[in-house]
Amino acid sequence: MIGRPIHELTEAYRRGETTPTAATETYLARIAKLDGELGAYLTVTREQALRAAADSDARYRAGKARGPLDGAPLAYKDVLCTRGVVTTCGSRMLEAFVPPYDATAIERLTAVGAVMLGKGNMDEFAMGSSTEHSAFKPTRNPWDLARVPGGSSGGPAAAVAASLAAGGLGTDTGGSIRQPAAFCGVVGLKPTYGRVSRYGLVAFGSSLDHIGPLARDVTDAALLLQAIAGADARDATCLPAPVPDYAATLAQGVKGLRLGLPDEYFIEGMDAEVERAVRAAVDVLRGLGAAVERISLPATPHALATYYVIAPAEASSNLARYDGVKYGLRVAGAKDLVEMSSRTRAAGFGAEVKRRIMLGTYVLSAGYYEAYYGRAQKVRTLVRRDFDAAFGRVDLIVAPVTPNVAFKHGEKEDPLAMYLNDIFAVPADMAGLPAISVPCGFSAAGLPIGLQFIGRALDEASVLRAAYAYEQATPWRERRPSLG
Amino acid sequence: MPGITREDVLHIARLARLELSDPELETMRAQLDSILTYIDRLKVLDVTGVEPTSHAVPLVNVMRDDEVVPSFPQDEMLRNAPDRVGELFRVPRILEDSA
Amino acid sequence: METVIGLEVHAQLLTRSKMFCGCATTFGAVPNSQTCPVCQGMPGVLPVINRRAVEFGITTALALNCRVNPTCRFARKHYYYPDMPKNYQISQYEEPLAEDGSLEIDVDGVSRTIGIQRLHLEEDVGKLLHEGTLETAQASLVDYNRSGVPLMETVSKPDIRSPEEAAAYLKAFRAVLVFLGVSNGNMEEGSLRCDANVSLRPRGSRELGTKVEIKNMNSFRSVRLALEFEVRRQAEALAAGERIVQETRLWDADRGLTRAMRSKEYAHDYRYFPEPDLVPLTIDRAWVAGIRAGLPELPRQRRQRFVTQYGLPPYDAEVLTQSRALAEYFEAAVREFPQPKVVSNWVMSELLRVLPADDEQAIRNLPVTPGRLGGLLALIEDGTISGKIAKDVFEKMLRSGEDARTIVGREGLTQVADEAALGAVIDQVLAQSPKAVLDYKRGKTAAAKALVGQVMKATRGKANPGMVNRLLEEKLSKI
Ligand SMILES: [Mg+2]
Ligand SMILES: [Zn+2]
Repeated sequence: MIGRPIHELTEAYRRGETTPTAATETYLARIAKLDGELGAYLTVTREQALRAAADSDARYRAGKARGPLDGAPLAYKDVLCTRGVVTTCGSRMLEAFVPPYDATAIERLTAVGAVMLGKGNMDEFAMGSSTEHSAFKPTRNPWDLARVPGGSSGGPAAAVAASLAAGGLGTDTGGSIRQPAAFCGVVGLKPTYGRVSRYGLVAFGSSLDHIGPLARDVTDAALLLQAIAGADARDATCLPAPVPDYAATLAQGVKGLRLGLPDEYFIEGMDAEVERAVRAAVDVLRGLGAAVERISLPATPHALATYYVIAPAEASSNLARYDGVKYGLRVAGAKDLVEMSSRTRAAGFGAEVKRRIMLGTYVLSAGYYEAYYGRAQKVRTLVRRDFDAAFGRVDLIVAPVTPNVAFKHGEKEDPLAMYLNDIFAVPADMAGLPAISVPCGFSAAGLPIGLQFIGRALDEASVLRAAYAYEQATPWRERRPSLG
Repeated sequence: MPGITREDVLHIARLARLELSDPELETMRAQLDSILTYIDRLKVLDVTGVEPTSHAVPLVNVMRDDEVVPSFPQDEMLRNAPDRVGELFRVPRILEDSA
Repeated sequence: METVIGLEVHAQLLTRSKMFCGCATTFGAVPNSQTCPVCQGMPGVLPVINRRAVEFGITTALALNCRVNPTCRFARKHYYYPDMPKNYQISQYEEPLAEDGSLEIDVDGVSRTIGIQRLHLEEDVGKLLHEGTLETAQASLVDYNRSGVPLMETVSKPDIRSPEEAAAYLKAFRAVLVFLGVSNGNMEEGSLRCDANVSLRPRGSRELGTKVEIKNMNSFRSVRLALEFEVRRQAEALAAGERIVQETRLWDADRGLTRAMRSKEYAHDYRYFPEPDLVPLTIDRAWVAGIRAGLPELPRQRRQRFVTQYGLPPYDAEVLTQSRALAEYFEAAVREFPQPKVVSNWVMSELLRVLPADDEQAIRNLPVTPGRLGGLLALIEDGTISGKIAKDVFEKMLRSGEDARTIVGREGLTQVADEAALGAVIDQVLAQSPKAVLDYKRGKTAAAKALVGQVMKATRGKANPGMVNRLLEEKLSKI
């Protein structure tokens, strides 16, 4: 059952063909064998996983399983707090930090019986698009170990792709679920902002941070979202809207759906193979009965620059708390508090994190606020207005996730070149809209390509439904990387 | 052109409580300058009369009732402390110039 | 030169739980026992606004005649200090809860109106304990129990013209808070904290001089002393042709002076931006109207009413309106025993001997209820007990929670007002005190006092003093 989606695995539990413990042991064995090379995990919670699996076994034996995620072996990005389990955010700063609380999303998955295999690798504090900025080790792309898995949720995305987990949770602030999903050939869903509680998600850009599933297929993404979505009294920005039954509408097809294809998402310099695959996917959707029309989202070229004002500004604020006083790293031997904090932060943060803290501090500092942060918030309004206008005409937007396939380790040394990788992912974060990445083919070199659907606020159901229709009509999900 | 100087970088680093080595300082200056040059493209946009968006969520008045919830156990809250004296967090001398 | 002062007052609000988490706000708990991941600023946790804190803010804003803004928002204010766990404070900046109010003060019988610029909500920081003083300490210790306690910051306009007015403003402001029940106003425990901006300008000038911020004044007395010192310092500097430097100075109570903080301690760039973890508050008319309807009569109005309605001296009215509970106690007692000045005397002398005027809870829970005080005073009025005995009875009522009649009855404290019985006692005293009688006859009227004392002693204080005086005079005149 290794490598099968969660819904098939738990169906096998129900039929008694295998057990949560057997599956968990197999996954743990696979991690032990392959993760040295892959680097998808920062922490493997073996004992805890086996205990949870044994509890799940008992529930299945008693006919009291808690639904389709009971016994599902999952990888959680290490930016999500886990009670009693070290939560590092991929940073030296939090190398030994043990939270006394669980993230709401994890608490909810635990409540429906999911089994945590471990904490997934990531770019430090979720800042990056390659998982090369993890302070501990890079994660490799299961399809080509010389290449990056994308980021910042590269660990859990690679784990799912390489069958080192049946599914997982990532976070997306500027594409960090969808871009690694595209690079690794798995499904990644970024829900509407506020659909999933951020409580226990270590903040990067608070107004842009989203938690969402990384999954083998669209059905699993729907099941995982179902479990984690919904109001939470601990997050004031979490929406009180009821959560629909996503699985129930998955198979409704795209017939009659109006899809918009934005001109601005096909740019000069993008990978021809990516463009070809996306346009071919659009043809498939047309063939399935969707109406496709060209649309324009004119503020798109400004979204990335806007993102690189807002996200670093919020990050510089959110990361101010790491000062060596209450938790985390503290360097020894400083003669006073300012020196202790400044040296702790110098030693605890990597280059990318420092860069963003500096950038964010600069754009908020006296004399620059209006020129940068104030203006960026207004441009953010323009990005939202584009989407509002588009959704007056179409039900979903269909687009590429990235301009290119997975690149080689060390290939994007220039920070700006790395940032440009998220140019198609960032607008949905800025507007807080639900967006999914679903595999839509492979490059000649055998690297996965992702197709993006962006929906109206809170309309994850349509996003999932279109992705499902496309997935079921194409063979991509059956292909596996040749590992172990 | 933003024209970020070494002094700008030092000032920002001090605000951000980051100690930068000399080589780091120059790299940082060059990178910030290049990123801010990219960001400066926003300046061509006319945003007069545009309302700022600080939240993508249309919520207001999310509040909780004034009810006491038990605090976390003291030892759990002190467990991650890099330095402590009994039940208190300990920090080095606060004033910068030594007594 | 004219003195120009503006005050910034931070008051802790009397909510049960903190501003953004459910931890208790109790003062004096074991260090770091009232914290959670939220108020200790741990990674990934989020604030949620305490509704009662907002309501207390609106209540105060209305009492201070402020405009309550239809929309307000929280922002992050950044600076590094180890008592502030996130290294930013969630406060309000561009869109405060309320603006443009006023507070009337009285100094030497003259009333003045001081403008209120703004009123906003924020969270308190933890508490630092230095190993020695801040200057000498090689290390400091942090207790986060206070971190996240709701604070209301109220900034006055620069309308205050003297240190006396500043003290009067602070007193009047404190009385409003205590009356509204939104803060206990305790400066010693730090639940009321005051900073001042002070500048001087030529009389008649409309421009403001260079202002100096004064911090660390933690009593009414130190506010007055610190401002007096600072006004003198600035006046002397200006007279000597020096320029005033814009700076922050600390009041050093031990040395009785203000001294400059080193520049690094306050060279801040707060980098405010809207708090993305919280959504805006919209305060509609209905919410404000509901709170307005529940507003109590304010101390100043009540004080004036006590003078006009009950004919009390202004001093009594001021004492009795120090807290809402005390004023309500007085009025309830007057309903039971409608002699306001008598009630006032008892409340001021006896009740305030055992309780502070602003201990609202203790006053409300006092075993000697207004009804029981009325009952006690009625016993004096009808001659059942003397005023002196009544004071003992009051003490006993405090301890036992019984009413006056029960205690008087059980302990046989009823006055001896029987002429024959008292006459017999007096005869006995006169017979035993020939010297005093002789002294009296020789014109030493003081001797009569000693004789009265002996009669009272013989009756264990129960004799009706008026009757003793009359009978004694009659009998002495016959000797
Ligand atoms: Mg303040
Ligand atoms: Zn708390």
